[in-house]
Amino acid sequence: MLKITDLYKTFNPGTVNEKQVLKGVDLELKDKDFVTVIGGNGAGKSTILNMIAGVHYPDKGSIVLEDEDITYIPEYKRAKYLGRVFQDPMMGTASNMAIEENLALAYRRGDRRGFAWGITKEEKEIYVDKLKELDLGLEDRLTTKVGLLSGGQRQALTLLMAALRKPKLLLLDEHTAALDPKTAEKVLKLSEQIISDNALTALMVTHNMKNAIQYGNRLIMMYDGRIIYDVSGEEKRNLKVNDLLEKFQSVSGGEFANDRMMLS
Amino acid sequence: MNILMAMFGAVSQGLVWATLALGVYITFRILNFADMSCEGSFALGGSVSAVLMVNIGVNPFMTVIVATLAGMVAGAITGILHTKLKIPAILSGILTMIGLYSINLRIMGQANTSLIGQTTMITIIRKILPTPEVLGIKDSTLQTWVVLAIGLVFTVAVIGLIYWYFGTEIGCCIRATGNNETMVRAQGVNTDVMKILGLVISNGLIALSGALVTQSQGFADVKMGVGAIVIGLASIVIGEVIFLRPRNFASRLLSIMIGSVIYRMIIALVLQLGLNTDDLKLFTAIVVAIALSIPTLKKNRAATRKGAV
Repeated sequence: MLKITDLYKTFNPGTVNEKQVLKGVDLELKDKDFVTVIGGNGAGKSTILNMIAGVHYPDKGSIVLEDEDITYIPEYKRAKYLGRVFQDPMMGTASNMAIEENLALAYRRGDRRGFAWGITKEEKEIYVDKLKELDLGLEDRLTTKVGLLSGGQRQALTLLMAALRKPKLLLLDEHTAALDPKTAEKVLKLSEQIISDNALTALMVTHNMKNAIQYGNRLIMMYDGRIIYDVSGEEKRNLKVNDLLEKFQSVSGGEFANDRMMLS
Repeated sequence: MNILMAMFGAVSQGLVWATLALGVYITFRILNFADMSCEGSFALGGSVSAVLMVNIGVNPFMTVIVATLAGMVAGAITGILHTKLKIPAILSGILTMIGLYSINLRIMGQANTSLIGQTTMITIIRKILPTPEVLGIKDSTLQTWVVLAIGLVFTVAVIGLIYWYFGTEIGCCIRATGNNETMVRAQGVNTDVMKILGLVISNGLIALSGALVTQSQGFADVKMGVGAIVIGLASIVIGEVIFLRPRNFASRLLSIMIGSVIYRMIIALVLQLGLNTDDLKLFTAIVVAIALSIPTLKKNRAATRKGAV
């Protein structure tokens, strides 16, 4: 359903900060795939997600989503196909606006916005039901400003918003990296639940090897702008953290998994 | 008695200037965009309204509408400079402001246009009313009452319009754009268009205020917009201080109207106390600088108390 072909990207070309982040990435996702993406800093994980979302355009290559070439479609136009959760809990929601207003914005993703009232009574009932499923007590706080919520609550809300209008593809960009371990675990569980309940196709970037193994049906490891390892099915189920470390060391020529790639 | 009359005049002034403050609020607080073009669009509104009345004899009420439309175009230019041509926000506004200075001179053909002896909204309304002698009040008092009524009607109408507009789907997107652009784009909204729309509405309202002020003071001047953004900000922060925690959007808008009135009362008071009118802009600038820095100063003090250096 998603086909990425020969993707290249260099940031700041021609300057001292020039960095080639993607060096020919090919990736094909099947419907209902839940793929975890792992790799060190600067491996190009987030860049891939940003290319799919349209934050940056690639220098070369193409991105095709369900037979539509979206490589150079503006970010706001392709948003109707995508659900996104960001690393920074502040990024996915508007903090000065109420929970219900944020949900109302997400509920209209991909629609033309007009002069109809921004939020209706009927949809508030939908939001209450959906928020109840999160089990965070947010259903009683519809008019609370999102800025008053904790990071974990905001990520849970962002997840809900991403899935409110069923996206073709859900992009999770290290969405638990800024949370404490316990909250991160909860948000990950919730992500898995939302993905399976809505039968979504998802791409989840993570720094955490254990999580990358534990979740999803397929795992991709990136190094230096390339995909160096791609496992799924039985092989992925039997994968251990040590296997990943070995793999990583062999391709990186002995460079040990750095401290941000948590080993636990 | 003298000071009471001054306060009464201040209330009417505050109401005709309130639309300016509401326009500044849309850019400064909702869009998070310090829009300097308002100084030009305020004078643009005044110039357009005055010239249409004096040179062409257009109905004064109609001139207010045309002035508003002119302001909206000015806002669109700032918006396009910023979003499509990627010129920094503050500079886009300054460019429009400077450009409008020449345009306003062109419109009027001179630095100012007097409305003495012209039909304005005020003279039209006064024609319907009994004469001051019949009412038993001074001519200037009646004049102030009429200005006050016009200011109140326009301000309340504009507050209603803003309240409605920012509650619609588009309005919600504009509010969210000022808050978190990334999120709004992820929800499939073109943030460039939202910014332009916000600037269009804001500058339209500011030009409307310019037209009202021109008709109430009896002249338009190419320099009448100087300091407009600061006056608008002063009204906003005074309103915020008075209301402290406005409970909803409607009371927030109302607080700006009241802030505009209180600002004029403070000005009237310090002038009565003997402040030189030349020092007025400095006085306003200092008041706004202090008011805007209060949140930071409070935070620093709280940090110091907790032992931070």
